[in-house]
Amino acid sequence: MIAVEEPLHRALGLTDDEYERIVATLGREPNRNELAMYGVMWSEHCSYKSSRVYLRTLPTEGSAVLVGPGQDAGVVDVGDGLAVAFKMESHSHPSAIEPYQGAATGIGGIVRDIISMGARPIALLDPLYFGSLTQHRNRWLLEGVVAGIGGYGNCIGVPTVGGEIRFAEPHSLNPTINVMCVGIAPRERLVTSSSRQVHEGSIIVLFGASTGRDGIGGVSVLASRTLEEGSEESRPSVQIGDPFAGKLLIEASLELAERDLLEGLQDLGGAGLTCATSESASRAGMGAEIDLDAVPLRADDLEVFEILTSESQERMLAIVEPSKVDEVLDVCAKWGLATAVLGTMVPGDGLRITMGGTVVAEVPARSLADEGPVYDRAVAAPEGLAALHDDDPTFATVTVDPREAFLAVLGSPNVASMRTVWEQYDSLVQGGTVLGPGGDAALVRIEGTVKALALSTDAKGRFGHLDPYLGAAHAVAEAARNVAMTGARPVAITNCLNFGNPERPEVMWQFAESIRGMADACRALGTPVTGGNVSFYNESGDSAIWPTPTIGMLGLLQDHRLAVRMAFSAGRSLYLLGETFPELGGSEFAEVALGKVSGRPPDLDLAREAALHGLIAEAAGADLLSSAHDCGDGGLAVTLAESAIAGGTGFAISLPGDVPWYVTLFSESASRAVVSVTTEDAAALEALAVDHGVPFARIGETGGPRLVFDTLFEVDLADATELSEGAIPRLLAG
Amino acid sequence: MREHPRVGVVTFPGSLDDRDALRAVGAMGGVGVPLWHAERELRDVDAVILPGGFSYGDYLRCGAIARFAPIMEEVVRFAAAGRPVVGICNGFQILCEAGMLPGALIRNRSLRFICRVVDVRVETSLTPLTEGLTAGDVLQIPVKHGEGQFIASGEDLARIEGDGLVAFRYCAPDGTIDDAHNVNGAANAIAGVRSDAGNVVGLMPHPEHAVDPDVGPTGGQPLIASLLSRALARV
Amino acid sequence: MKRRFELVVTLRPGLLDPQGKAIESALPAMGWTNVSDVRVGKHIVLTVDADTEDDARKQVEDMSRRLLSNPVIEDVRILAAHEVSG
Repeated sequence: MIAVEEPLHRALGLTDDEYERIVATLGREPNRNELAMYGVMWSEHCSYKSSRVYLRTLPTEGSAVLVGPGQDAGVVDVGDGLAVAFKMESHSHPSAIEPYQGAATGIGGIVRDIISMGARPIALLDPLYFGSLTQHRNRWLLEGVVAGIGGYGNCIGVPTVGGEIRFAEPHSLNPTINVMCVGIAPRERLVTSSSRQVHEGSIIVLFGASTGRDGIGGVSVLASRTLEEGSEESRPSVQIGDPFAGKLLIEASLELAERDLLEGLQDLGGAGLTCATSESASRAGMGAEIDLDAVPLRADDLEVFEILTSESQERMLAIVEPSKVDEVLDVCAKWGLATAVLGTMVPGDGLRITMGGTVVAEVPARSLADEGPVYDRAVAAPEGLAALHDDDPTFATVTVDPREAFLAVLGSPNVASMRTVWEQYDSLVQGGTVLGPGGDAALVRIEGTVKALALSTDAKGRFGHLDPYLGAAHAVAEAARNVAMTGARPVAITNCLNFGNPERPEVMWQFAESIRGMADACRALGTPVTGGNVSFYNESGDSAIWPTPTIGMLGLLQDHRLAVRMAFSAGRSLYLLGETFPELGGSEFAEVALGKVSGRPPDLDLAREAALHGLIAEAAGADLLSSAHDCGDGGLAVTLAESAIAGGTGFAISLPGDVPWYVTLFSESASRAVVSVTTEDAAALEALAVDHGVPFARIGETGGPRLVFDTLFEVDLADATELSEGAIPRLLAG
Repeated sequence: MREHPRVGVVTFPGSLDDRDALRAVGAMGGVGVPLWHAERELRDVDAVILPGGFSYGDYLRCGAIARFAPIMEEVVRFAAAGRPVVGICNGFQILCEAGMLPGALIRNRSLRFICRVVDVRVETSLTPLTEGLTAGDVLQIPVKHGEGQFIASGEDLARIEGDGLVAFRYCAPDGTIDDAHNVNGAANAIAGVRSDAGNVVGLMPHPEHAVDPDVGPTGGQPLIASLLSRALARV
Repeated sequence: MKRRFELVVTLRPGLLDPQGKAIESALPAMGWTNVSDVRVGKHIVLTVDADTEDDARKQVEDMSRRLLSNPVIEDVRILAAHEVSG
């Protein structure tokens, strides 16, 4: 695995400067084990060395935030003595070479992040981005990833309630696989570095699966380099998931937290034991002594550095007061999990690892976990953006037939129903799913209260490609809007920032712009960033993915019985809230009907956005709304069609005469929604809209078996439904 | 006779819908009693539910390992005494593996996991779940399984049909049986079967996920209600 | 004495095998129009420590019936057995 002519540190992904830094820290040359530990901990994946300077600029404070970035998951207060932990991560690199296991272990990993906080996982969401399904490889990737998500998620009893799937050519070789998990716990049961005190002399216990060679340098190394052709050869380093063990790990960990047996709890993810021990020690401001002889091994010929860096799945590390160790071991035994007493927390900050009675590594814990290199990398706007902006589809000559254009947009993979995918996920287990996949946001009841969590994941690939600042800001706005459509108030976000190679200035520029956009939008909408994940090196050759900052939004609905759905009922008045501008840049219509991914994305006025959310929340609270659905990809036409299909009832709208039909129907102007109300409630809605300063227009009525777009064209509801629901199955069939 | 029937729900390693079954029993007026696979104690319950999930990961065959759990000896004895035993999804698979119900469950025809609300037709009132119902009643209940295709050899299938052991079938909303509504390709669209004596019943659909109108359809209500009244009528 | 056994578990002939059927229906599109009767099974390898080969084989047959297969729908064939050291 390691080339002879190359110095070891470079083979491990460390630069010469980084190597010198290690020598300076230790005051000596590192041994092979220590070098391997620095190699994984100082990898891009674990150290955030290229992103850290930007992440610092994100707004992270808010009255509801209990735990911000830096721990396994962010935590917010939802009242009633309850706290919600949530986090998003990427598993793109492993999924690109082994889609089933890559996605499955992504679920396992994000779930362990949540249980590390002492919270019970109650929801999963999976935003996925692939290349075109016309290519066999992309179909293979999607089928494998979806099966892997279901294979793991369905087996551990955590409902998959949402996510999204989008398609764009740059994701062909580099699919973007993000997973989000949400968990809940009574506040006093949280296991966080601020809620629990770790003591000197406390015992370090490893529990869960045994340690094998699978995934040596897996996530951390894979995710810190670009994938090249022939990367199938990397397959041995992809981890294998064991969802049954994952389920036992959830139950055992939560029982440990419930019985108050823990001073600390951490999962073993990227960089395995090295990461878990050094982070635990560093957070506690202590050192640790670890004896590797105790680690249960799957093969007896593992080398020391392999034990230290293995990314074998389904393992957790607990810090336990000595008097409680027996009880901890009993709980693990009850759930059939192997345990090993690995060592002790000690004063100082040294991480001292022994095996067979000899010291095999001894380094400052903090130097691994918190004092890695930080780079302020060069940024430069990519060439060609100006040309893209100039080719604005808003001003293109449109000759396409309106009805044909509508059918093309509705049946496009980015817009069509993903039912065939959602049905492969158990969205019902735990019995709290008020709204499952396929709507604006998922809604999951908080047991023991009438509240519900509203959850949405969003990224705006085309917008980000054309303008990364606006792309990220739109993603935040759309995620918040989706959550708001249920009647909930947006509370906070997590994210997964998917980009190309940060060593290229244009990628770093995209990253910097995205962070700026996300920060501005989060500030304006009052949704602080509680954490997230950065995934760089999503590129092959010179072809990077579009900048894809995926936003995971958490909202809170005070009473789930007032939840608003997107489905139409017959006989309601239709309103378009917000204003439509001639903005076709980066739109679905422009790509599908005009063949253009160009122009500028729509403007975003965050004050207007917030006003719309406030209006919907108040109208929902007053039980005025029969339906609400945001205008996103595909514009007004798609919004109407989706609500009609969901409700099994058609509609008729009138179109303004002074605006081109394609602007009215397909512009993707921000901060808009379609709501329906009974005739009696129409006046109240209009009055509220005036109060909130939200422009509105009464555009038609619901009912009938057809989608009627003025005198322009009509489509049978049955045909629209078949088109929307049949598009993806047809593509998958090849 | 007690006022509120006690319904035991067994948790095996990998059980997932055990809490949901307990919640549904409670919501319908019964007392849900958690039972643990490694114990031999049924805690004086009036009925037993083997819940859904992936016991032991379903790695060998669904239900194959759970049937050997210590508590299953007690469940077998409980059933032999004529007391009601219900297997839902993975619980159905366990009962088939244990030979307490005829037939077996294999991968869905589509080879995919399917989570969907389906229509289910009641075929007999001679089960603890259907005493209050009439053959021909149609209920909306979700399914969620990857291995729910009921099969049996030709001979066994003839006996299952001939002896009236079919408890539920997948159907169209109007009760018609057709291939389009046979969600997993089950033989004769069979969604659930009962034992010869009638007190043991298994089904793939999840009645415990169909009792609360806030989160879905309510086709499970009459089934759980029937189980509770049957549990009270102790022999 | 330890012996290594190889077993194959398949659905009984005549029962529908959805995995086999899926493979069979995919092959013609790739040019193999001459394939039929595809059946998918499980391959199980295990080591048994017993005094005689007869005894070991009996135990494997017993565990095949009771756990490794479901006799209602599956057949087990013992493909091979050989002694192993240790």
